[in-house]
Amino acid sequence: MSKKKDLAKVKPQQDRATSVLHEIMAGDPVRIALSILLGFIIGAIFMVVFDKNVVKAWSDFGADPIYAISTVWWTIQDGYGALFRGSIFNFNANDFIAAIRPFTETLRFAAPLIMAGLGVALTFRVGLFNIGATGQILVGLAGSTFVATRLEMPIIIHMLVAVFAAVVCAMIWGIIVGVLKARTGAHEVIVTIMLNYVALSLFTYLLRQPELLLEENGGGTPKSDNPDGTARLGLLFGDEFQLHYGLIFAVLATVFYWWLMEKSAFGFRFRMVGHNPSAARAAGIKVENTFVWALAISAGFSGLAAANQGLSVDGGLTTSIEAGIGFDAITVALLGGSRAGGVVMAGLLFGAFKAGSPTMQVAGVSPEVLGVVKALIVLFIAAPPIIRAFYRLPVPGPKVFEAAKKAKEAKVIK
Amino acid sequence: MTNIEVTPGMFSSAETKPNLKTPITLVIAALVVLIFFGFLGKAGDITFVWSEKREAIQLPPFVVNSMLFCTVVGALLLMIGLLSTALSIRKQNTPVWLIAIYSLGAMMALLGWLATEATQGVQMIFILGNTLVLAIPLIFGGMAGIMSERVGVVNIAIEGQLLTGAFIAAVVGTITGNLYVGMLAAMVAAGLLSVVLASLAIKYLVEQIIIGVLLNVLVIGITNFLYSAWIDDDSINLNFPGTFEKISIPFLSEIPVLGQVLFNNRITVYLMFIMVPLLWYILFRTKLGLRARAVGEHPLAADTVGINVAKTRFWWVTIGGSVAGLGGAALTLGNVGSFGREMSAGLGFIALAVVILGRWQPIYVTLGALLFGFTIILKVWANQVSPGIPVDFITMVPYLVTLVAVAGFAGKVKPPAASGQPYVKA
Repeated sequence: MSKKKDLAKVKPQQDRATSVLHEIMAGDPVRIALSILLGFIIGAIFMVVFDKNVVKAWSDFGADPIYAISTVWWTIQDGYGALFRGSIFNFNANDFIAAIRPFTETLRFAAPLIMAGLGVALTFRVGLFNIGATGQILVGLAGSTFVATRLEMPIIIHMLVAVFAAVVCAMIWGIIVGVLKARTGAHEVIVTIMLNYVALSLFTYLLRQPELLLEENGGGTPKSDNPDGTARLGLLFGDEFQLHYGLIFAVLATVFYWWLMEKSAFGFRFRMVGHNPSAARAAGIKVENTFVWALAISAGFSGLAAANQGLSVDGGLTTSIEAGIGFDAITVALLGGSRAGGVVMAGLLFGAFKAGSPTMQVAGVSPEVLGVVKALIVLFIAAPPIIRAFYRLPVPGPKVFEAAKKAKEAKVIK
Repeated sequence: MTNIEVTPGMFSSAETKPNLKTPITLVIAALVVLIFFGFLGKAGDITFVWSEKREAIQLPPFVVNSMLFCTVVGALLLMIGLLSTALSIRKQNTPVWLIAIYSLGAMMALLGWLATEATQGVQMIFILGNTLVLAIPLIFGGMAGIMSERVGVVNIAIEGQLLTGAFIAAVVGTITGNLYVGMLAAMVAAGLLSVVLASLAIKYLVEQIIIGVLLNVLVIGITNFLYSAWIDDDSINLNFPGTFEKISIPFLSEIPVLGQVLFNNRITVYLMFIMVPLLWYILFRTKLGLRARAVGEHPLAADTVGINVAKTRFWWVTIGGSVAGLGGAALTLGNVGSFGREMSAGLGFIALAVVILGRWQPIYVTLGALLFGFTIILKVWANQVSPGIPVDFITMVPYLVTLVAVAGFAGKVKPPAASGQPYVKA
């Protein structure tokens, strides 16, 4: 124990970045639950304060205080009630199918978030900050759309080839990051941010080319056709539901991620590099190569998310099909603690937010509030001191939470 | 940044060592101009328009054959490239003014090539003026980046700080009816956002990159919500600040071309003229700046000689944040005139790139920001004069340049040694 502490003192920089990630990963369920609760509470405050009825009722509070107070309650109930009806179970519906449709919508929106989230999570486990999912998805979209609109193949095979094309294209984009990181030491955060923009321009350019992706008889707008019927991700439960085979891919991706990270020798190497690159190097692991592999596989997950988006689109495909999934993937991975199960839960939560937004809009509450709730929840999870200060939780034991312990030490010495 | 070992003697590692990569890049680009724009270029004429009609002093437009012009410029660029090669062989750095001349030449050749035969010609004042105005938020964002990375805190949250500044400036400016109050409020608000970043990163040692990313997400969430739930319905009373008056500086603004571009601007531009040299002076010529850099390069050493690392970092990051807030105000009050959803549109991330391109040095960073400003306006302009040109590739260029720079192909770029690394006082 004392030896470990000395080591930490000698090289605080090395241990820290990874130990913070460990702390986030080790997040106990209580803290996560409290973070989500606090996120929703603050979201409710935003809803109430900027609601016109509430403001009006409170401006002449004296006239009818009970009404004023009840408007607060009704606003919150309208907002979160609509979110529940839009994303989990619609108890106002006439038949059972309509009642459970919202939950299938949540699954539909969650699938790409889970797949891209797993990709980002993988790089977190290796101690890398990959914010390049956006670019990887865009490049993957280019690949899958080309296969889906320009090539002719039998049903199912066409779809599988299109998915494969998305994965390969995205992986190439990920390998570029890995190679730049491994060979030149360029920081992956900057490289991925730049590559996101390059990918956006590249994808737009490809969408403009009549011989590549541009829609038939298309004009100046960068837009492609719908994928061929043979390449589309088919509907899972018939025409009543929009849920498609993307969900199956998400399930398979999750199982693969779990096996890769927790069971395989490959994943063991990833985790080892993530825990302590110096020790891994000393143990004979080629750390640089591991970075390249990790970024490549991570991008492959983003490619699956791309296929999910590109092969289920209606009304043509534009750059907006990416829908912020690449960026949301970071929050999903953080909230999910970079573990397979956690990422699935986080993906479902944010998928529910997306599915419930239209219902909230109809109920007269701005669904944008969910963006605030989402950001707050992940901020609380990623920055444990905030949530601990708010709920006056004790600082946990030193073994798991090294960073927190150091923070406390730093405070005491001051 | 995390892989750099902090060893004694690493001071000023943000400065560079000469190598052959810069000259090679310069020579290759020069050859591209010489061959593709010059020898294989277009046959028509280029018209460079130097004055706008309302100006007192009119310069005659400069008409020249496209192939001839690009060949001459290409040859000049090649000479600079070879000069730079000679300097590198003698272990000397290529001076930045030479690279600036080179970039200017390359820019003129590109503009000329694009506008060959175009009726309106190359409107230099329009292009340069817009380059400057569009670069202002980037420059302030870049200064924020420098201020926080020089003391060892990575600031990914510039995007959020710009957006906060833009939002608060527009809303407070409209409500109070005084744009200067709006600008100050923007600085305070973005500064407060930086306090969150600074205290979580410095006191609670939360990973700086994660906090930065999440603060961006939070600000985007909050401004989107407030935009749709609050100011969008009543934009006349809440989101209609207009822009600052243009101030024409007497005599200076009469100078042909440059006068119109530089000295007939809004206050945000003039603040930039003051801010950049000031930050350069403070960082490299004062005790305050030396201390800040020491904290960013080697916090342990700085601590040993009695500098309060945590406090230095806190204040530099916080004040840097309010500078970014000023950049946000420049976006609304200095250019657009109202707030729009997610209007910073990635400028904060570009600012991060600019900081690296400019090697953590205010004046170089400003030049880098101007490069990005130029490509933004070039994309719009190129579409008008030469339809069918692949504008997407023009958009891509600055990002590729940044990638090349971080990958070390154009000279070794090193961040402050302790950038991104928290310091725990033992």
